[in-house]
Order: sequence, then structure tokens, then C-alpha cells
Amino acid sequence: MSAIPNRTPTLYIEGPAFWAPTLPGWDIARAAFTGQGAPVDPPAKRPSPQVLAPAERRRAPDTVALSLEVAAQAIAASGREARDLPCVFASAHGDLGINDYMCGTLANDPTLLSPIKFHNSVHNAAVGYWTIGTGCMAASNSLAAYESTFAAGLLETATQCAADGQAVLLVGYDMPAVGALASVTTSRGLLAVALVVSPERTERTVAAFDWSLEPGEAAIAAPRSAAAQALAANAMADALPLFEALADTDAFPATVTLPLAARLSLRLRLHRN
Amino acid sequence: MPQRITPLRISAFTATSAVGVGKASLLAALESSRSGLRANDFVDETAGRTPPAPLPTWIGRVEGLEDLRLPEALASWDCRNNRLAWLGLEADGFMEAVAAARGRYGPARVAVILGTSTSSIGETEAAYTRLDADGAFPADQRRARVHTPHSLSMFVQEALGLEGPNETLSTACSSSAKAFASAERMIRLGLVDAAVVGGVDTLCGSVLYGFNSLELVSPQPCRPFDAARDGISLGEAAGFALLERAEEDGAGDGARDGAAGGRLLLLGYGEASDAHHMSTPHPQGLGAERALDDALARAGVAPEDIGYINMHGTASTKNDEVEGALVKRRFPATTHASSTKGFTGHTLGAAGIVEAVISLLALETGLLPGTINTTMLDADCGPQIRLEPARADVRLALSNSFGFGGNNCSLIFGKDLQA
Repeated sequence: MSAIPNRTPTLYIEGPAFWAPTLPGWDIARAAFTGQGAPVDPPAKRPSPQVLAPAERRRAPDTVALSLEVAAQAIAASGREARDLPCVFASAHGDLGINDYMCGTLANDPTLLSPIKFHNSVHNAAVGYWTIGTGCMAASNSLAAYESTFAAGLLETATQCAADGQAVLLVGYDMPAVGALASVTTSRGLLAVALVVSPERTERTVAAFDWSLEPGEAAIAAPRSAAAQALAANAMADALPLFEALADTDAFPATVTLPLAARLSLRLRLHRN
Repeated sequence: MPQRITPLRISAFTATSAVGVGKASLLAALESSRSGLRANDFVDETAGRTPPAPLPTWIGRVEGLEDLRLPEALASWDCRNNRLAWLGLEADGFMEAVAAARGRYGPARVAVILGTSTSSIGETEAAYTRLDADGAFPADQRRARVHTPHSLSMFVQEALGLEGPNETLSTACSSSAKAFASAERMIRLGLVDAAVVGGVDTLCGSVLYGFNSLELVSPQPCRPFDAARDGISLGEAAGFALLERAEEDGAGDGARDGAAGGRLLLLGYGEASDAHHMSTPHPQGLGAERALDDALARAGVAPEDIGYINMHGTASTKNDEVEGALVKRRFPATTHASSTKGFTGHTLGAAGIVEAVISLLALETGLLPGTINTTMLDADCGPQIRLEPARADVRLALSNSFGFGGNNCSLIFGKDLQA
């Protein structure tokens, strides 16, 4: 076994952003998670991110609309320039609506496949639209890790931030399975989250965190509030415990353990300084 | 500019593609300029009851996947992509090298970071041709962990008995190149002691008909950098590398194969975005150049230090125009550059690892591949691009991978003769 210790520095979270039809925005979500507000009724319609040109906004796949909305919220709340920030986009399944279209069309008449749907079917379509819309030429990534996709995205983001000493944008999003895919893929509803991880404290810092990998059986991190539990069927639901903790900074220090795999977790210790 | 990084040792590596299983097949094809492409004979599981005529194109298909069976304990992962992953893992003693690393460090201290563009979507396509009366997947296809992008990395982690961080990168054609970057960061921070990187992509209806719909597929074997090039040839491949700290005692034994006993190293990487267009590259190649500059800075080397460049060179009109101009303006005329897409086809998310393996073989054996199928180089290309293979002792190699969405990654490998 290696004796090399973790060299993971304390990092800082800015600009938590959140979007679900019942919790369309971080202020609403934070209030609902802490019992100081209620989910909106009727639920909000699909977001319409301003990063895209008006014509693109209407045509954008659900995953692109969702992810760009929270990405822009996080950037605005962090007070940073989107073009400067490397970005990590995380989605367990990518655009399930386009996957259903692709597989259905291929099964019927493959020669009818739409070229636009095809280029929107790549997992990195959302981060591609983000970098194009914001003029961001920094490193951009797109990853998946099944039920641990948010945790894997946060690990990738924190690692990149710590290794290169620069702030990194993390965006997590998933959509409902549609069509025949819904008989195997369990994701339901729309859910997107985002935040910026910074190597140093700023006036926009919401939380500091120490982080480590913990081997062994992973404890299942479950959402506590009814508002968060109602979103637990989405494939990005592993993000909910962290956002609940970020909603309640009065309760810091707090520990959030996110499963990364069957026998590995990402442990975060959130604090004020 | 990023800071210089401490090199990582590549203690084992392998690739399986249309030219064959493992490094020896690949090297033999590169030495003899033998292409693995064939007229499209891909059995399209998605074609339904009345299959249309196969698309008139050439493909880099891996022989025997149709009949390959996974071991019983892994059988629930069965799909073409995971079969190819298994075939690739079994080559060149790679599984044994990983088992040794697992023993040295413990299973939780070895990451699995793999790239793929389509993972097992071919299996999902097949399920859609056999839906039941309710429009649901048939019982044998209700395998949620197969019909998802992370299928590949979950399967490989289980096959290797590892318990460390496990992620699937999916940035189209740069996916498996970027796995090296993510792994380097994790090792540098001490989160893990070693990482299995690489990627797997397989032929499927989505990519064949998808690239065809974009009019990017050639009706003949692809001709990278040819004046008359007319599109890509799609291929499939699996490739893996094991990364460890260079200073680790007793790490791996792959280095014994190295030329003059030299250790093979990951020296640098660069990742950048075009911020231009979803499916065409930046006209001046600014994202590609930024990836190149970052890779040079992390490696602490200059363009004239690079002995071999494995170009992305897809044979699409635009990629080759932009990348050819970049190499022409940044490298000396003496640099040997080539695209190996004519050997393997464009293996999409696996292209980064396959071409990393080709670059490592160039360092190890001195074989600098040519660019096959191409007969007349585009006049806009520089003198760096070579059609014929050559032999030279090179110390540093660069591999470029550029993907849809304007996602660029450059890798720099080297060998350390002092070891």
C-alpha cells in the first residue's frame, strides 16, 4: 500500500445554482430545503437560457436548455466571466429524448436520421453550446458515472481546480427517460445544478470544503427535505444532499458523503473558513 | 500558461483495432502500411425487418466481436462495446499489469478513467428493434447498467477488480485523450497511485448513419490530407494504458520493452475549446493551438523537440485543412507527422488512446508511421506530413485529438533513457 497522503487543499464554493420545475432557481430551492418556502405551483416550464440566440433557444434539446440555465446562474452568482472558466458538465444519461429519437429512427428507417439531432446527440453537446455561447476557449469536459455522476463531476472539478489553481465551473443535469428507454432507464423529471469551485476564498464564497476519498462500503446519502425527496427519481439526484447542506450554512461545519462507486465515497467537510 | 508537470510513467499499454488485437498487430500494419479498412459489411442490428442496402462506405471493423462471449461472471454486461473492451483488456498482458498495480497499491488506489463517444448505444439500438407489445424493452434487454454511457467504465472496473474513482469521459473524438489529463491530476493530488486510462468505441447505426447524414463519410477508404479527400472512414477500437508515478519503485514491467531500456512517460497534455461551432472546427484552429500550447508548457518542451506527430487527420475537408495549417506554421519542416486514420478508420472516442499507443510505439521502436490511402498531399499542407513510414530514434511524440463541440486535446509522450 502506498504511504502517499492526499494532497487535497481546501477549496471554496461560489454561486450554487439549481433548477427543477418545482424549484426553479437557487433562492426558491434554498428556502424549500430549509423549510422557509414551498415549491412553486404550478411547476415552471422548461428554462430558456439567454446564452443561446432566440432561434436556438427554441430548438435546443432539453439537456442543453437545462444545463445552460444553471451554468449561467452559477456564473452570475460567482461574479466571474464565463469565458475564463474551465468547465465540467456531468450527466448520467445525456439527452434521453434524442437517444429515443435516434434509436427509434434507426429501427424504422435509418436513412431519415436528422443531422442536427445527430450532432446534438453527443454527450458533450451541452458543454459545446456553452463554450460557443460564452466564447469560452478553456478546457471543457463532459462525463458520466451512472448513479454517482454528480459526485464524479465534483471530484473531477475539485481535482482540476486544485491541480491547476484556477476556478472551475461544474454543471450537473439529467432529464426524464422517454419512449421505450423509460422501460429500463429510471430517470424522471428535470433537474440541473451548478456551482463554481475556486482555489481561494472570495467575497462570493458560500462555503469552504475539505475533501477526501473514503474506501469501503458507501453510505447512501439521501435527501432530507420533502422538496428534495420529490426530485430523487432524477439521475442527478446524488447532487441533492450537497445542495441541501449549502442551503443551510448556519449548520456548518457539516459533512456530506457522496457515493462514487460501490466501495468508494467522496467525503466533503463543509465549513465557513 | 499551465505549469510544467512531473512526468508519469506508462507501465503498460495496448490497442486493438481493425488491424488486429494488441500492439504486435498494430506495429506490423504500421510497418507495412497495411490498412485495416474494408468495404462496409457491418451487420446493422438496428436495421429492422427490411434492412436498407449497407451504406456505401469503408469501415474499420474488429474481427470476431460477433462471436465473442464474455466470461460468465461478466455476462450481464454483454454488448458489442463491452466485448471489444474485453478483447482489448486481454491483449499484451494488460490485465496482469493492472493486477500487479492493484496488489501494490490496493484496489481503491487505482482509478479507471475511460473515454467513449457512444458507449453501448448499439445495444440500445438493437433493443429498439425488438420492443414488446407495450413498446418496452424485451426482458433480456432490461439491463439499465448497459443502456447508459457509463456502461464501459463500470464494466472495465468490475473486470479489473478495481474500486477507485471511476468515470466515463464523453467529449466525442477527444474523449480517451482527455482521460490522460484527468488521471494525471488525480495522481498528482495523491487521490490515487495509478490509473487505467483509455477508451472503447464500436460501430453502430448511430455513428454510421449519423456521420452519413452530415455528409462526412467517404465512399472509399479515407485519404487524410489528400487534395481530393472526401470524408472519414468510421472504425472501432479499444485501447488502454496504465499510468503510475515515474519515481515509484518496482512499478510495472512494461518499461523493459522500451527502446534502450527507456521508460515511456506522459509528459504533458493540453485541453481547450474552439468556442466556434458544434460540428466544424475553428477556421484558424485557435482551440487546437491552445491545446498544443498547453501541452508544450506542461511538458516544458518546444515544437522543435517533437520527433513525431500523430495528427487527428480524419480526412474530413475542414479538420485536415485547419490541422494541416497548424502543424505547418508551428513545426519545423523536419518533423515527421502523419495521420493513421487510414489504418484504423476514425475510432471516435477511442481515437485518442489508439493514437497515443501508436505514438508510444514510435518512441519505443523508432517506427514513424506514414499516411496511407493518400496519393496527392493537399498543397496547403506543410512538408511535415509524410505518406511513407520512416525509422528514427525520437524522444518526444505528440498526439492530437479534436472532437465535435470544438473539444480539443493534445498529448505529449516521451522516453527517459536514464532509467
